[in-house]
Amino acid sequence: MADYEIPETHEFPIIPSIMEGAMAHSAPFVASEEFQTAMGFPSGAETGQLIDGWKEKFLELLEEKLGKYRSLQVFMDTCVKCGACTDKCHYFIGTADPKNMPVARQDLIRKIYRRYFTFAGKFFGKLGIPGFVGAAELTEEAVREMYSYYHQCSECRRCAVFCPFGIDTAEVTMAARDILSMIGMGQKYSNQIIPKIHKIGNNLGLPEAALADTLEGLEEEIEDETGVKVRLPLDEKGADILLVTPSADFFAEPHVDGLMGYAKVFHAAGVSWTISSLASEAANFGLFIGNYEAMRNISLRIRDEAKRLGVKRIIFGECGHAWRVAYNHLNTLAGPWDFLDQNYPIPQHILEFTKDCLDRDILNIDKSENDHMTLTFHDSCNIARASRIGEEPGSQFTTPREVIKAVCNNFHDMPIETIHDQTFCCGGGGGLLTDDLMELRIKGALPRMEALKNTVAEKGVTHMAAICAICKSQFTKVLPYYGMTMDQIVSVHQLVSSAIILEGQGEEAEESDDAEESA
Amino acid sequence: MAIEANGKTFETDEEGYLANLNEWEPEVATAMALAEDCPLTDEHWDIINFLREYYEEYQIAPAVRVLTKAVGKKLGKDKGNSKYLYELFPYGPGKQACKYAGLPKPTGCV
Repeated sequence: MADYEIPETHEFPIIPSIMEGAMAHSAPFVASEEFQTAMGFPSGAETGQLIDGWKEKFLELLEEKLGKYRSLQVFMDTCVKCGACTDKCHYFIGTADPKNMPVARQDLIRKIYRRYFTFAGKFFGKLGIPGFVGAAELTEEAVREMYSYYHQCSECRRCAVFCPFGIDTAEVTMAARDILSMIGMGQKYSNQIIPKIHKIGNNLGLPEAALADTLEGLEEEIEDETGVKVRLPLDEKGADILLVTPSADFFAEPHVDGLMGYAKVFHAAGVSWTISSLASEAANFGLFIGNYEAMRNISLRIRDEAKRLGVKRIIFGECGHAWRVAYNHLNTLAGPWDFLDQNYPIPQHILEFTKDCLDRDILNIDKSENDHMTLTFHDSCNIARASRIGEEPGSQFTTPREVIKAVCNNFHDMPIETIHDQTFCCGGGGGLLTDDLMELRIKGALPRMEALKNTVAEKGVTHMAAICAICKSQFTKVLPYYGMTMDQIVSVHQLVSSAIILEGQGEEAEESDDAEESA
Repeated sequence: MAIEANGKTFETDEEGYLANLNEWEPEVATAMALAEDCPLTDEHWDIINFLREYYEEYQIAPAVRVLTKAVGKKLGKDKGNSKYLYELFPYGPGKQACKYAGLPKPTGCV
């Protein structure tokens, strides 16, 4: 583990005293010309340099966005600096940098808006005192500050829950990032990944042959463990269900245990399903970089694959922002979905499918298989605050908990002000899950780590379950910095996987036991 | 950025991965590992060699279960798990070992 200053956790949350400029040095790598070009974005003479005419371009794009997105115009105008959001951001709590107060972060672009798009700003700007009305000149320094701090926001929207006007910092961040991309300051992490989706089929760059080999290995693993042949089909035409899941599910732990859980549920439910190699990714980083075209193109390939394979239903795996995009926008981005079976939700979440199977009592569950663990649940920000799982208001909170409780005997929630719609981001969401932002990720995890540690101490919780690939990877990395271990984070469907008893499971073993006994 | 190995200079990207993966030589791995205070033992090389073989066939690093299974088969079941791999490569087998082995960095939500 590298050396970082790890924030202290306390028995109760403490709002830090501000440390001006504490994170001014933090910025992710800027995308080089290679990655900017692949996205269709311009680049300066060298990586990190602004394009010629950047200032005009910036203002032109801001004006365009203000016209196109009424919400952005309202967000720019309505803030009254009441301060309700100031201590609500995990990055502020973890870093103490006052520019990580959501209001201050928003103001980096709001100042520019005021200077160039309001009468007061133009007037006092001409007098040389724009600061008098909260406006500021658009300088290269201002642009670099935006690049830094708009990559210290995970677009988690916790601040928006507390804003009396409902100002959504995530949308402000997305607008700012998109403008920055267009003047040569795209982010390497996201811009390197998105083209892989179109070229290969997923964020990882996992080609079809490797995917097939990986899935085959997982089938063997399930058979070794249970004695039952459970399939993980790839590119099977005519299957009923297309599973769209984050590629981390194929690659990383504990994600892969969740994937095997989906497979077992599908198997036990007796449905036919398939993964598509060309749409082997649920994630949609177009959301993170605030680029509508990118988001749309990523969504469209799911449509293409659903048509090509002739499926009737689409189910999304455990991925937070993917579900946010799918739940809210899949229809407008890639609809109409009139060729799918209209009797099922379009799209459907894997937890909805599993919950339905549990409700209909068609799964054979042995909860004691999870008795060595005491669970808590981390609500992923994008699911908690930007979508729904199930049909009732708030069922995005109850559904995962009901599934966990149906397969585990021991469960305790973390404090109420850290869960449900007040949940804290894992610290790595919104396109920040990159090694060049490790300091930010560790510090931003503070509120969640503190809540978890206290629940471990008070309730004897041993593991935290999550339903987002980013959350799982982030916690795997940051838990050790807070004195816990990487295997304390688990997938919800990993718990389902352990508890589910498949038809025929263990029969061979029992038979051989009997044989031994009679012998 | 660049790294010196075998009397030559190898260009690397911002994150220390080889810029041109075809240039990889065993000495590059040794130099990268030394720079990160992680001297390579035979156990490390077993992993690095497997990564390179897998990459040659599939053009990607192996998924963690593919790797642990292969390691378990070759070196014994007690070593076929990520705990063993993390002991060898504390920054994560996926990223640190790939870097030494001259593979591209696994990207995405991993």
